[in-house]
Amino acid sequence: MSFNDALNEAGAKPAGKRPYFLDPQVERVLAITMSLMQELAVAHQRADTLERLLKAKGVLVEGEIDTFAPDASASAERQMWNQEYIARILRIVQQENEAATLSDDVASGEMADDMVRDAG
Amino acid sequence: MAETKRPNSPAASYDGPPDYRVIGRHGVFPQTSHDEIERINFLAQMNRHLAARVVPGVKAAYDARVAPGFAAAHGRPIATRHEARKAMLEDPAFCTWSALRRMTMEQRQQAGRWTVIRQREELNERGKALIEGDDRLVLNPALAIPRYVSAVDHHCMPGSYHREYAPDDFTNGANYDHAGFVTTGGLLGKYSDGGGHAVVQWVKKNLPDFAPKKILEFGGTVGHSSLPLAAAFPDAELTIVDLGAPVLRYGLARAKSLGINNVRFVQASAEDLTGIFEDGSFDWVQTTMFLHELSTRALRNIFAESHRLLRPGGIVLHVEQPQYAPDMPLFEQAMRDWDAFYNNEPFWSRMHEMDLDAEMERAGFDRAKIIHGGVYGVVDREIFPDAAEDNTEDYGRKAAWHVIGAVA
Ligand SMILES: C[S@@+](CC[C@H](N)C(=O)[O-])C[C@H]1O[C@@H](n2cnc3c(N)ncnc32)[C@H](O)[C@@H]1O
Repeated sequence: MSFNDALNEAGAKPAGKRPYFLDPQVERVLAITMSLMQELAVAHQRADTLERLLKAKGVLVEGEIDTFAPDASASAERQMWNQEYIARILRIVQQENEAATLSDDVASGEMADDMVRDAG
Repeated sequence: MAETKRPNSPAASYDGPPDYRVIGRHGVFPQTSHDEIERINFLAQMNRHLAARVVPGVKAAYDARVAPGFAAAHGRPIATRHEARKAMLEDPAFCTWSALRRMTMEQRQQAGRWTVIRQREELNERGKALIEGDDRLVLNPALAIPRYVSAVDHHCMPGSYHREYAPDDFTNGANYDHAGFVTTGGLLGKYSDGGGHAVVQWVKKNLPDFAPKKILEFGGTVGHSSLPLAAAFPDAELTIVDLGAPVLRYGLARAKSLGINNVRFVQASAEDLTGIFEDGSFDWVQTTMFLHELSTRALRNIFAESHRLLRPGGIVLHVEQPQYAPDMPLFEQAMRDWDAFYNNEPFWSRMHEMDLDAEMERAGFDRAKIIHGGVYGVVDREIFPDAAEDNTEDYGRKAAWHVIGAVA
């Protein structure tokens, strides 16, 4: 069995048509969001497990994470990570806002049609 | 947990499914990584959240908007559970809950399947080593899978109970067993056997002199509810009949590794066991959470087979979610019907409105000898939630069942 087969089989559709309860576009996005929510929970629990193990082994002291104060350079790196992360996820909002300010934006398909007309 | 609970400690006020790590493992149980366990914990909490915190909103919306809206539009109140469900389909509260409940089920299947599929070869080897050459497993590769099982995969479980992906495959048995916790939230206990323990308790209390030697369970799947019967009556021989080879293989490997040896697994349809078992050859025929995955005709055939197979004085017991009695509110009926329409349990709706007493009579049982009862899942209450005390209603999923049976 290839890795790709395993991925396909794990996520296989069960026999029987899928019901939709919301606008299918919305339901699709919600389904993706719910999987992300699941994976975030998994990541959170993993970090929690690590913390508890490090504490049990005496590497980490109780309260150390909550009182952790990054130095200036670490702080900048971390805050920039947040900014990049948010910008990455909210890309579509940025692009729709950019589009709202443009009056002469043209679709590539329209240009393609233009080019056919040009050739004639 | 067993530790003493201090006031104000999170453990003192915690109410919900236990950590998946309390689940009982055995020789053919798949390995689960940290993150796979947490995926299951998350999904069990999702179901808990939907039942405890979202369903009350669906009910409130039904009372405040759906029922009055229907009455205003039609000049009469909602009259059937189907009208109630269809009216709720127009309401965002029901639709959002439904979408999330469906997705949780789909995520559970993907999560459980991934865990098993990634280790399939190793798991199949382990299983094979446990059951190789054992004559307590009788498979019939030529068995036809009826349409009521093959057309839609029950509870969105790809490949259902019968599909095989490799020779001597255990995949679908292992997926069904190890990740079912997502739906039950621990209400069935360490070995998902709270239903079986409930049946045993009921039988010992209500039929104290019953000493069965030959027990037959239809649709026993991997033996979750069956093994407690075999354990409670060690002198008896328990035979499990099911359609699916992967669940039967898995069932025997699981039973042996749990030290239960008075069980046999036979691949056959319980609709017709002529040529396999003789008339009157059993003392007890049991089904647990089984009838709702049949069809009307299959249910009739199976009731008739149970009658044929029991010796005079033998007992048949069916354990199922409660029927739709006229005094059950239409909202509850519609919510219970959800699985029929949106979770690939097509017979659920029809089955729960059938007159089962009449069906038992039709199968040859004497109406005067029909048995009715009720049971709750029996679990280790130190660790697992107790269904009898749990007030959350997760329509159709709670470990609270009706018993209908008869003395032959
Ligand atoms: C919901 S599961 C039963 C759960 C199981 N009794 C327990 O308590 O863990 C339904 C089972 O019935 C089996 N089944 C469906 N139709 C059947 C038939 N005609 N004969 C035998 N088994 C059947 C399926 O393969 C599946 O394993």
